[in-house]
Amino acid sequence: MGVPPFQRFVDDHGSAVHGFLTASVGRHEADDCWQETFIAALRAYPRLQHDGNLRGWVLTIAHRKAIDSHRARQRRPVPSDTVPEIPVEVPDTLRGEPALWKLVDGLPPKQQAAVKHRFVEDLGYGDIASLLGCSEAAARRSVHEGVKKLRETWA
Amino acid sequence: MTTVKADLLEQFAQRAEAEGLLDVAYAEVDSPLGTLLVARTPKGVVRLGFHNEDHEDVLEELAARISPRVIEAPAKLDAVRRELDEYFEGRLHRFTAKLDWTLTGQGFRHEVLKYTAKIPYGRTSTYMEMATKAGNRKAYRAAGNALGSNPIPVIVPCHRVLATGGGLGGYGGGLDVKERLLHLEGAL
Repeated sequence: MGVPPFQRFVDDHGSAVHGFLTASVGRHEADDCWQETFIAALRAYPRLQHDGNLRGWVLTIAHRKAIDSHRARQRRPVPSDTVPEIPVEVPDTLRGEPALWKLVDGLPPKQQAAVKHRFVEDLGYGDIASLLGCSEAAARRSVHEGVKKLRETWA
Repeated sequence: MTTVKADLLEQFAQRAEAEGLLDVAYAEVDSPLGTLLVARTPKGVVRLGFHNEDHEDVLEELAARISPRVIEAPAKLDAVRRELDEYFEGRLHRFTAKLDWTLTGQGFRHEVLKYTAKIPYGRTSTYMEMATKAGNRKAYRAAGNALGSNPIPVIVPCHRVLATGGGLGGYGGGLDVKERLLHLEGAL
């Protein structure tokens, strides 16, 4: 299947990717990760053999870039206590319940990713399954388990 | 869900260019005719889409025939947009923007358009004359077809080519547009 002009691909998936990255790496890193994601996609684009699921493809790249960003952050020196905390502005998509999102971040990695894919990007279970590399049933279970845990701790 | 910020998209286009990944840059340009679409490759202007063309189709065509790395990057088209503005104001008589002939292919069609590009501002020629210059006097009909499929109208001035009998001939952007451009140039 031929790919659409890259700009259309950006228009169709750019904001979903940004939403996912904001949820995964935070507002301050999201722009950089977004650019890394779409540059990587652009590089591979002309040779891409796609099955119609471009959203899944670009989210897989974004997922990897988010992991890279987490790792890079861990390697950075730990700021000392004397440096004042800069208040982190909560992104639009997460506004409302920052405490809840803190709980989401505390879930096991797979459940965390599944919950974000389901409720931040509004992905179907089939797409979540291909992103996480598991069966659709397992994706459904991860979302279910994650939400159940959130219900127990959030009350 | 919020849309991606304009400055992030602009940075992205800049980065794409710096990494040699911007194969086709395009922008939409307001003109007295309506909204035009202008696209360029690193070689030069490759396509001008008229107001009456579906710009989505034009982008699809560019993706299929040149490269799918088609990105909206208005800054990359500033120079040619300025030239178009000045042309429509009657202040510019010769475009200096470099051209990329990829979409015209080789052979007769390319020859016809190459000679068309040389017709001076305010002058006109005929399909017959273009066919003759391109090496086949009898192929004036084919010359007409070549001009009808001109990928870079206005800048490659196919509007300056008229029917041999003195009629306007045809025009992809509509005969009213052809007439209007010739009026602007003082050729009618």
